Amino acid sequence: MQDFLSSLVNVAFHGIAYGMILYLISVGLSVTMGLMGFANLAHGVFAMAGGYMMLSAMSGLDVPFPLAIVGAFVAVALASMVLERFLYSRLYSAGELEQVLFTIGLIFMSVALARLVYGPLPQPVFIPGYLKGQIHLLGSGFPAYRVFLIVFSVALAGLLWFGVERTRWGAMVRATVDYRLMAQSLGINTARLFTLTFGLGSGLAALGGALGAEIIAVQPTYPFEHLVYFLIVVAVGGLGSLRGPFVAALLIGVFDTACKYWVPEFGSFFIYVATIAVLLWRPEGLFGKAT
Amino acid sequence: MHAALETRGLCKNFGALTVAEQIDFRLEAGARHALIGPNGAGKTTFINMLSGRFAPSSGQILLAGEDVTALGQVARVKRGLARTFQISMLFKNATVVDNVAFAVAERAGVAWRMLRPARAYREVVDESMALLETLGLTQDARLRVAELSYGKQRLVEIAIALGLRPRVLLLDEPAAGVPTSESQRILEVLDALPEEIAILIIEHDMDLVFRFATRITVLAQGKVLIAGTPAEIAADKEVHEIYLGERHA
Amino acid sequence: MKHAGGYIADSRIRAIEWLPWAFALLCYYAAPSYLSLGSYILTMILFALSLDLILGYGGIITLGHSAYFGTGAYVAGIVAVRLTGEPLVGLLAGALAAGVLGLVTGMIILRTRGLALLMLTLAITSVCFEVANKATSLTGGADGLGGFSLLPILGLFRFDMFGKTAYLYCLAILFASWWLVRKLVYSPFGASLTGVRENNLRMHAVGAPVYQRLVASYTISATLAGLAGALLTQTTQFVGLNALGFQLSGELIVMLVLGGVGRIYGAFVGPLVYLVLQDYLAKRFPEYWYFGIGAMLVLVVLFARGGILGIIDAGILRLRRKS
Repeated sequence: MQDFLSSLVNVAFHGIAYGMILYLISVGLSVTMGLMGFANLAHGVFAMAGGYMMLSAMSGLDVPFPLAIVGAFVAVALASMVLERFLYSRLYSAGELEQVLFTIGLIFMSVALARLVYGPLPQPVFIPGYLKGQIHLLGSGFPAYRVFLIVFSVALAGLLWFGVERTRWGAMVRATVDYRLMAQSLGINTARLFTLTFGLGSGLAALGGALGAEIIAVQPTYPFEHLVYFLIVVAVGGLGSLRGPFVAALLIGVFDTACKYWVPEFGSFFIYVATIAVLLWRPEGLFGKAT
Repeated sequence: MHAALETRGLCKNFGALTVAEQIDFRLEAGARHALIGPNGAGKTTFINMLSGRFAPSSGQILLAGEDVTALGQVARVKRGLARTFQISMLFKNATVVDNVAFAVAERAGVAWRMLRPARAYREVVDESMALLETLGLTQDARLRVAELSYGKQRLVEIAIALGLRPRVLLLDEPAAGVPTSESQRILEVLDALPEEIAILIIEHDMDLVFRFATRITVLAQGKVLIAGTPAEIAADKEVHEIYLGERHA
Repeated sequence: MKHAGGYIADSRIRAIEWLPWAFALLCYYAAPSYLSLGSYILTMILFALSLDLILGYGGIITLGHSAYFGTGAYVAGIVAVRLTGEPLVGLLAGALAAGVLGLVTGMIILRTRGLALLMLTLAITSVCFEVANKATSLTGGADGLGGFSLLPILGLFRFDMFGKTAYLYCLAILFASWWLVRKLVYSPFGASLTGVRENNLRMHAVGAPVYQRLVASYTISATLAGLAGALLTQTTQFVGLNALGFQLSGELIVMLVLGGVGRIYGAFVGPLVYLVLQDYLAKRFPEYWYFGIGAMLVLVVLFARGGILGIIDAGILRLRRKS
């Protein structure tokens, strides 16, 4: 019984940590899909880029951990804004098929580039000395780094929520998600709004990829291998909201960890089945608006 | 005698927003009936409920006396109800004749056939061509719809609906956005429609409405304000206020 | 996009349409050492043709078409191991199983659209993958399923070590499928699919049972995909998990897009060009190969939506205007 309880606590803890990483990576995807209606399958590329950037900065240039994280965020956000301006924006009015093909193309290119530069193996992970070791709580030990992960991500989610609910930028984003044409006629510069939001979403994905390198290994196949999970978070959560992907990411993180802990022989089987069930019950996702 | 189309206490809410409130409406067999009202009065929503695209929140829709409230779009089309759309809803990359033939084939029940080529179904092709001829589009039959002028696209819109051989035809702003030079042609087409088809038309062009319709219903804020002959409507003070009010605003 | 079919299209087979078949037969005599690659290309052409039916004609975007290919492949393998070595039985069983799966899953997922539909196609493939991975006793799991032997086709044509029979077998099956797909595309059914892709809402408004029609085309497409999968199993005498992978679905889309979506012969040109190039380049420069594929996709989307055949069409049109 004691064993079961402690494994329950363990699964919940690691599941939440995993879920928070999924959230950081996917929330940008959810907002851009809701805002611009763009099926960006290449979103995982930004997460992978964040991971590579942080790890190579720390190992190659001895950049301290906090700086490497911020650097990854800024660099990826800026790079993605350039991509958005010159490539993505040309396809906003194109069909879903074109968007899917275009972003699959981006995935192929980035996978090849990553393999060329970093080789096929997963990158070694660096955790700064002050985040190593265990934190003891309620009679069990938890890895300090993952505790930090959870606290940091929750804080970020809070900040993001504040940004969207309480600032002018957030109000514009919400207005544009709900009433695109009206927002344009009100004089909101949707093109600039799209670019900024896209950059922020990609930057967050980079943060997720960098912070989560210890959970989701950084390797060239990253954008393909984990795409299904990012999409599940977005589809199950519902497009264009902050709460949707948060709840979905937590559910999926915990559920997936539980399945892999107790019934590892089934792999991800139950996650997929659960996703199918949710989408049949609510095609627009748990928190999405019915159209 | 049943009305061709009738609604009883039709209501529609989108959340807290009421767009149709207790609409009682009769479209008589063979009628030329116009539905007018200021923007946002709920005209298109009403058409969408009649055609089965939206389900009403409450109330009944009767087609030739039969309650069709619970039936979907496809079943209503089968019973002789056809509509056109305000914004062009055509098969843009298909040829003009295919646009019409898609509809004719569904009505004739051949659209499931898989083994003989579509071209071998002469009756579908001939009927589609005949329809195009009555609308003066024979020359354009082999063009892609996207290559036509907007006015001609509006005619294709009507041709598709006629391909269903409707008994009731709902026209949602057939002349909207069409330059005056071409709208005359649309009015001619409307005038020449077979008498036995009951027609409900939504239109903003008041000249067209008063020349075409023999009966007019005015909708405002989701409610029927008044219904009557064109002369009665033209004389009504409240209608004037609404339209003049709208213009001033 | 230019699509074959419709109510005024001439459905008779034009002379140029015999070209691929003449070319395929020529290859049989001219390149005997490449027959196994040839069989693989023919198989993928069939697979691409099945995708074209729902993507190019029905407008359904799927990232999970390998589910049906893999089902056909595994069922053909299992039939050969447990039931009979007669190839045609395995082929039919594989196609049938994929068709049934296509019908059932199609009925479920085609109620949705957009992201949910995309996600469901992915999830279904993933479920199939996990099942094949875990049902080791039946499928061999990660090791794959092999070591079965096939009888001569109809007791007459023995599979030889040079792959001659296999090549002609694939060619015959592809020919029959092409003939069927061509019939469908030019039929009223095919025309109505074009209508659905062009304007789903309007198709509802003319009284078309859109959902039923999509399910029907999805089922036919899945059956053909299963046929292709079964062919792969029989001609290589092996089936592995990658037959069910999401990667294969992605590659398939790439091939079809390269050739041209929504044109019957895009499904012929795409796999041919892609697989020949892959055979030549991918082993030597794998990174550059993948980068090139990605870049090609991006360029096709931005500049040449019709693929190779689209470029050829545009070229012909320009020449005609000049003269």
